[in-house]
Amino acid sequence: MSINYVLPLFDVLRDPARCIKCRVCERQCANGVHSYDHELNLMLADEAKCVNCQRCVTLCPTRALAIRESENKMRANANWRESLIREIYKQADSGGVLLSSMGNPEDMPVYFDKILINASQVTNPSIDPLREPMETRVFLGKKNTPIKRTPDGRIIPETEPQLELSMPMMFSAMSYGSISYNAHESLARAAEELGILYNTGEGGLHQDFYKYSANTIVQVASGRFGVHKAYLEAGAAIEIKMGQGAKPGIGGHLPGSKITSDVSRARMIPEGTDAISPAPHHDIYSIEDLRQLVFSLKEATEYKKPVIVKVAAVHNIAAIASGIARSGADIIAIDGFRGGTGAAPTRTRDNVGIPIELALASVDSRLRDEGIRDHVSIVVGGSIRSSADVVKAIALGADACYIATAALLALGCHLCRSCQTGRCNWGIATQDPELTKRLNPDIGYRRLVNLMTAWNHEIMELMGGMGINSIEALKGNRLMLRGVGLNEKELEILGIKHAGE
Amino acid sequence: MLKEGQVRIPSGCAIAGIFSKDGKNFTGDVIVDAMTVMHDRSNGLGGGFAGYGIYNQYKELYALHVFYDNTSAKEECEKYLDSKFEIVNLSKIPTRKVDSIKDVPLIWRYFVAPDHNKLADSQLDEKEYVARAVIRINSTIEGAYVFSSGKNMGVFKAVGYPEDVGRFFCLDEYEGYSWTAHGRYPTNTPGWWGGSHPFALLEYSVVHNGEISSYDANRRFIEMFGYRCTLQTDTEVITYIIDYLVRKRGLTLDEVSSIIAAPFWSTIAKKTEDEEKLFLYFRCMFPSLLITGPFSIIVGFDGGMMALNDRLKLRSMVVAEKDNTFYVASEECAIRKMAPDIDNIWSPAGGQPIIVRLNCEDK
Repeated sequence: MSINYVLPLFDVLRDPARCIKCRVCERQCANGVHSYDHELNLMLADEAKCVNCQRCVTLCPTRALAIRESENKMRANANWRESLIREIYKQADSGGVLLSSMGNPEDMPVYFDKILINASQVTNPSIDPLREPMETRVFLGKKNTPIKRTPDGRIIPETEPQLELSMPMMFSAMSYGSISYNAHESLARAAEELGILYNTGEGGLHQDFYKYSANTIVQVASGRFGVHKAYLEAGAAIEIKMGQGAKPGIGGHLPGSKITSDVSRARMIPEGTDAISPAPHHDIYSIEDLRQLVFSLKEATEYKKPVIVKVAAVHNIAAIASGIARSGADIIAIDGFRGGTGAAPTRTRDNVGIPIELALASVDSRLRDEGIRDHVSIVVGGSIRSSADVVKAIALGADACYIATAALLALGCHLCRSCQTGRCNWGIATQDPELTKRLNPDIGYRRLVNLMTAWNHEIMELMGGMGINSIEALKGNRLMLRGVGLNEKELEILGIKHAGE
Repeated sequence: MLKEGQVRIPSGCAIAGIFSKDGKNFTGDVIVDAMTVMHDRSNGLGGGFAGYGIYNQYKELYALHVFYDNTSAKEECEKYLDSKFEIVNLSKIPTRKVDSIKDVPLIWRYFVAPDHNKLADSQLDEKEYVARAVIRINSTIEGAYVFSSGKNMGVFKAVGYPEDVGRFFCLDEYEGYSWTAHGRYPTNTPGWWGGSHPFALLEYSVVHNGEISSYDANRRFIEMFGYRCTLQTDTEVITYIIDYLVRKRGLTLDEVSSIIAAPFWSTIAKKTEDEEKLFLYFRCMFPSLLITGPFSIIVGFDGGMMALNDRLKLRSMVVAEKDNTFYVASEECAIRKMAPDIDNIWSPAGGQPIIVRLNCEDK
C-alpha cells in the first residue's frame, strides 16, 4: 500500500479548557472522527475523516469544538489549484470517477446576484401588504384552450387540468432512498399545510405517503422505479424527468447500501441492489417519442392531471423547451446547473449545463416569440436561494420555483456535500436507522412551513414595494428588473436593462 | 433624448367622458370646457379627445387619422394605404392657430375601405385586416403614425393643455353622441404628439389615468398575438388587451373587467358557487392580463362607453347620470362643469365596470 497523499481538509479544534469529555461528539459523528482515549483521558480526532458537517460543533454542550479549513496548504499555484491536485491523488489511488453531491460550488456567475428589483416612488403608489390584499396564488397548466359557451351564451368554466399553489414555490424532486423517510414525511406534511406540492423524485412512493396525494407530484424517470398505476393515480401531477441540473445528460445511481427493505419496496427492486437509472429514457430518443410518453401518461390517468416535463438547463434549452411546449406537456420544469443532487460525477456537476437565469430568460422569450407561452407553465430550480431569487425568477418569466437545497437546509443540512457517502449526520441523506432518527418530522415539517411562510411574506413585501398586488402581474414583468455589472450580451439574453437606464 | 416609444414614460392625468344614451349630439366644446377645470391635473405635455358619431356622412368607412413628421413619410404611407385600401376621401384635418400648440406635424385624414380582392386574399376578417395595416404602418414606417382608425369616430390629440388642443382641432365644429377626453401629466417627455391620448385601435379608444405596475407582464403577453407596443404607454397596452379579449376571444366588456380588474380571491370566495367558478376561470386562464397598479380608464366604443377603476381604486373617478346622459371624470368639478345642477354623483368601487350603451342601436 502506497502513501495516502490525501491530507485532511479540515482541522478539528478542541478547547481543552472547555471539553468535559462527555463524548457527545464521538457518538454523533458517523464518520468516526472523534474518539476517547481512556488511558490519557483525552478526546482525540482523526481529521482525515471529517467532512465539516458541523454536527459535533452544533451539539457540543460546552462549545468546545470548531472546525476550520486546514491551515496546512500545498504550495500555491493559480493553475494547479489544490483541489485539482487532491482530485488527481484520489483518482491515482482509486482509478475511479470522482463523485460529489449537492450543487456546483465553483465560482461561476450568479446572475440573480447581479439583478436588482424596482420599487414605486411618487408616480404610482407602493402597496402595504399588511393593510391591503396581496395575492400569491398560482395556477400551473395550459391556458390556451378556446372559450366555450352554453347555447344561451354563458361561459363554461372548464380548463385543462391545473395545479393550484398558494404561493409560487414547490419542493423539488428528491427521491425516497436518496433522502430519508423522515425527510420525505417532513416535505409531504409541509406541502399539505402550505397548500403547495412536493415531488417524489424517481424513487417511487412509500405506502405511508399516499395520503398526501393531493400535494404530491409523482415522478417518472428513466429507471421507471416504483411506477405503477396506483402510483400515477396518487399524484396531483406527473413529472417526466428527462434531466437534472446537477448532472445533465447522465442517469442516476443509488448505491445498494441505501436500498433498504422499505426503499426496495417503494422502488420495486431487490433489496441491496444498485438502482441505476439509464442516461436517456430508452423509449424517448427524440421529441416525438416524448409526446407519446406524455399522452401515455395522460391516457393512464384519464387526462385529469397535468404532465410536467423536467429538463436540465443546457445550451439549446430554448429550442428544447419549444419542442416540449408542443409535445402536449402542461408544465416545463427547468433545472439550472447549480441544482443539487445526492450524488453526481464531479466533472459533470461542475462543468455541464448553464445558469438557470439565462436558461429561463431565453426559454420565456422564445416561447413568447413563437406565440406559445400560454401553452405551458414554466417552473425553475437550481438554485433558488431566497425569496428575492423567487421574485427575480418570476419577473424573468417563471410561473413558479422549485426549492430543494433550501428545504434541506431548513431540515438541518449543512451543505457538507457528502450525501454520496450515505452517512449524513443530520439524518437527511441516509438510510441508516441510527442516523435517520435524528431528523424529527414533527420539527422538520414545521421548519419547512416556517421557511416557506417567511419567504412568501418577503415576496409580498417586494411585490407591494413595486405596486403589484398579485403575483400574476409580476410574471414576465422584466421592466421591474435591472442588471448591475452585466455586459450587453448578458442583458440582451436576460431581456433586462442596466441599472440607471 | 429618446422619443416616446423608445423609452417608457410614466404619467399622471385627468380624464372625462360624456355619453348620451338617447344618441343626442353634443359639440366637442362641451367636453373641452369640462377639462378646463381640471387644468392642474395636466402639465401641458399632452391632451386629446375621442368623439363618436362624428362622421355620419362616411359612417361605413374607416377614418384613419395620421401624423406625419415629413412629406416622405406621407408619401410612403399613402403608397402603402393605396395598396391595401380604396381611399374614398382624403384631406388635412382642419386646425386653427393656437399659440401654445407648437411643432405641429402634418395631420391627415383618410376615409377608406379595404380593397376587396386584397381582403379576400388575406383570408382575414375586415377588422383584423385594418388593424394589421395600422400596426404595420406604426411599427415600420418611420415618421408616420396612425392615431385613429375606427368607423364614424375620431381621435384628436396633440402636445399641449387639453383645452388648447380642443380649440386647435376645432372640436366645436364636430357633433357626436359620445366624447372622451384626456389631459396628460408625464414625468418627462420629448413632446411627441403620438404619445398623447386617447389611444385607439379600430373603434376602441382608451383614455387612462395611472401608472400600471403590471405593464411589462401585460405587454409581453399581448405581443404574442400580433400587437406591437410601439409607444410603451399603459394606455396602448390596455387598448390592445381590450381589443384582443373582445374582438379576438369574443368576451363581453363585463367579462373583460373581470379579467383586467379581477376581484381579489377573498372577494371571490364570498360569491355564489357559479360566480366563484367563473371568476376562478378568468383568473386561471388569463393571469397575464390582470392589470395592477393605479388606473382609471374610459373606453369608448361604437354605441357605448365603459368606465373602470383598478381593483384597489388607487385613482379617483366619479360618475353621474341625468336625463339619459352619462358623465364620468377624474374629479367631480368636471362633471359639474358639464351639468351644474346634477345631484347623484357617485364613486364606483374598484374593479366595478360602469357600462352605458345607446338605447336605440340604429345610431
